Amino acid sequence: MFADYSMAELGSIFVMQGFAGLILFSVFLLMALGLAIIFGQMGVINMAHGEFMILGAYVTYFTSQLFLNYIPSLFSIYFFLAMILAFIASGALGMFVEWAMIRHLYKRPLDTLLATWGLSLILQQLYRSFFGAREVGVELPEWMMGSIPLTDTVEVQINGLFVMGLTLAITIAVAVLMYKSSWGKQVRAVVQNRVMAGAVGINTERVDRYTFALGCGIAGVAGSAFTMIGSTGPTAGQLYIVDTFLVVVFGGAASLLGTIASAFTISQAQSTMEFFLSGSMAKVITLLGVVGILMLRPQGLFTLKVRR
Amino acid sequence: MILSRKELLGLTILATLILVILPLSLDIFRLNLVGKYLTYAFVALGLVLCWGYGGILSLGQGIFFGLGGYCMAMFLKLEASSVENTKIQSTPGIPDFMDWNQITALPWFWEPFRSLPLTLILVILVPVALAFILGFAMFTRRVGGTYFAIITQAVAAILTILIVGQQGYTGGINGITDLRTLLGWDIRTDNAKLILYFVNGLLLIGCLLLAFFVKHSKFGRILVAMRDKEDRVRFSGYNVSNFKIFVFCLAAAISGIGGAMFALQVGFMSPSFVGIVPSIEMVIYTAVGGRLSILGAVYGTLLVNWAKTSFSETFPELWLLGLGGLFIAVVLAFPNGLAGIYGSYIEPAIKRFLRKKSDLMPSGTLPQGSPAE
Amino acid sequence: MNPPVTNAGIISDQMAPDFLLTVEGLTVSFDGFKAVNDLSLYVDEREIRVIVGPNGAGKTTVLDLICGKTRATSGSIKFRGQELTRMNESKIVQAGIGRKFQTPSIYDDLTVFENLEISYPKGRSVFGALAFKRDAVVRDRVFEVAEMIFLKDRLNERAEFLSHGQKQWLEIGMLLIQDPDLLMLDEPVAGMSVSERKKTAELLNKIIANRSIIVIEHDMKFVEDIAHRVTVLHQGKVLSEGSMDHVKHDPKVVEVYLGH
Repeated sequence: MFADYSMAELGSIFVMQGFAGLILFSVFLLMALGLAIIFGQMGVINMAHGEFMILGAYVTYFTSQLFLNYIPSLFSIYFFLAMILAFIASGALGMFVEWAMIRHLYKRPLDTLLATWGLSLILQQLYRSFFGAREVGVELPEWMMGSIPLTDTVEVQINGLFVMGLTLAITIAVAVLMYKSSWGKQVRAVVQNRVMAGAVGINTERVDRYTFALGCGIAGVAGSAFTMIGSTGPTAGQLYIVDTFLVVVFGGAASLLGTIASAFTISQAQSTMEFFLSGSMAKVITLLGVVGILMLRPQGLFTLKVRR
Repeated sequence: MILSRKELLGLTILATLILVILPLSLDIFRLNLVGKYLTYAFVALGLVLCWGYGGILSLGQGIFFGLGGYCMAMFLKLEASSVENTKIQSTPGIPDFMDWNQITALPWFWEPFRSLPLTLILVILVPVALAFILGFAMFTRRVGGTYFAIITQAVAAILTILIVGQQGYTGGINGITDLRTLLGWDIRTDNAKLILYFVNGLLLIGCLLLAFFVKHSKFGRILVAMRDKEDRVRFSGYNVSNFKIFVFCLAAAISGIGGAMFALQVGFMSPSFVGIVPSIEMVIYTAVGGRLSILGAVYGTLLVNWAKTSFSETFPELWLLGLGGLFIAVVLAFPNGLAGIYGSYIEPAIKRFLRKKSDLMPSGTLPQGSPAE
Repeated sequence: MNPPVTNAGIISDQMAPDFLLTVEGLTVSFDGFKAVNDLSLYVDEREIRVIVGPNGAGKTTVLDLICGKTRATSGSIKFRGQELTRMNESKIVQAGIGRKFQTPSIYDDLTVFENLEISYPKGRSVFGALAFKRDAVVRDRVFEVAEMIFLKDRLNERAEFLSHGQKQWLEIGMLLIQDPDLLMLDEPVAGMSVSERKKTAELLNKIIANRSIIVIEHDMKFVEDIAHRVTVLHQGKVLSEGSMDHVKHDPKVVEVYLGH
């Protein structure tokens, strides 16, 4: 398998695949972050997570169109505004969904799964009706195009680097929010003991609603970032949902570090294998590996031993 | 006694509908369509047992439907690919899609499907074996609930990707098509379709009876108890994971039969009945019928599919909205589905009606309420 | 290992080498915190042992460890010579250990009859349960137990409609029909009215015949009524053991437990 390549070529291949893997890692991590907050903190499985992400992508697309048509002079920075708008749009939708649906189902996690699946079908159809079935792609500002050559055989795309940087920034922001802010403390208090948290004066209903909205908002930002490296269609969200759930479960649900490690492992495994096998076999083997490990160690990679 | 009087009446009405009323009132095209829907009812029935009674939600029942279907389709395909029929291929005697993919010999795992008895065994055995592996690994480690749902969903995704990716061995995205005869008997004729419809109907009724038997056995009561207080059951001396594995395997076996009947009646099998989307759609059949209602599974399946067919013929956009709405409504407003609506609105009305009648006729016998137990 | 401390025990002189239950060096730690720490406990045939101790002393954890709900970090639990630490819960039950939980744990969706029937020790395997027949023997036994737990005329009612006290009785009945050799009760009279409490004490006196019992209870009056021996736990360790009279006057106990 390796005989056809020289050592130098092999090295470049690994670096390039590694870079592709890092982009995939960013994608997984961005999607998984929102999901990990909602699933890890609230135990709710949001099957419509992909659609919240696509909402962010559409918001970004329309913002870019707006800038292109009306204020082209500021086009190079439209993305930053788009990201904020995407966060607000997906977060607001998330808040509404929590109020209308999720809060009635906290004691029935399996039913939440079905209801959010229904929501995802509805959102997909709405996107198709309003935005068309065709995939749309945003135009990148000039500074994001092109690539940086590292050696004569290895070069990296700027938009990919940008998405990685963005992922890093969002991850740090989430970590700070969850582990350093007083709001994060409230969320974790509610997770550990809902009744007690309520008794000491935390408004648990509000914490639930904002947690859900935050998770959805992050999904919107993820969608926004996606437009930098791919196109958006009504059903694009569904493509990643299984991978993302596996990332979250594999990482051990409630642990941010676990989510990062698992997103990294899965994305690197998949992109490295993709070079030697067909894309579908790489995916099958990766997913099988993850499912296999989860069968042996269902609690995921990172957990604590507690009294059951 | 495996049926209460009420259930016997319900089963008789359903059997009459499937075996008498529908065949008399529909043309063969529509009847074949109903036959196809009824193969999904096998899956929905399996879900009643493992989700409704056992509390184990599998989002991958399409896996077992698909495996059963593929087993049957592989047998039929081999029969359709006799050397005689395929002499224009570069390798005669193997399925056409293999020839297109430059495969020159039948892969080993196709060999068992030369024999019909072996195929019929494998239709059940293959789904059960996979269900056993999944169930054993997960349930003995106390994995359940949403985790289990996600894992089954991932397995459904894996299987679909595998089938689509390995075109030469599986027929890829198109599936296994152009199935013709079963031991020389042409399954494409109207006459064959009618006979297969009845075979399917009888098998379904057989599976319904089996489900009633399980429900009324102590096993059924333990399932309910387990869903409620798993630890208590464990500390009453039951190995809870064995019970879960069994009911999951049973659901898989029933789904596999449905899949095989699908391949026979529809004449092909493809990965579009295996993956995430069809699997979760099958859950909604059960939910609409009422997750605790064995007969409801059949009605739910028929109703949702009838709605799907009639909506997507006229307003394809509305269908997805409707289906999405159905998922939400059945969870938020009608968690017991049609059976719940029947139990709380229609049945009392019938009882009132009958009581009034018997008041007029003093010698009339009152229908007994639900019998003791 | 150290023999049990039985300074004032009533059965010290018939101390035999083969106890019904022998717990030695039992330790379990949750994330470094030792909820039970090097604990040893010996229970005789037909002995009623009461475990007392302040909150967080590890009482419930000890029961959890014996019945397999929690796995020990180290140490051994032997029941009739069988090592329990590596057996799964259902096997432990089948070996003859019954457990009642702190909050009533019954099947709300099933009738009282079905609740009792499920606990009948027959048809416990998958196929056994499928083939299980509700014959006269089973029915008679259910009626008999229902009579004992004062629920004879509520057999066809769904268990969720019972009062709190009745639920406790039903759970005791479920254990009774199981006929264990060692019965473990976690606060059986908690949350009961005075009359229910009296009836329960009466019930417990009926069911303790011919078996060993481990009870966790805070109600000292109740403890004094039934205990053969008392074990006082403190911070996962045995603080004192012996007759009620003995532990009551043990200065260590007075200091940590009765003293405040």
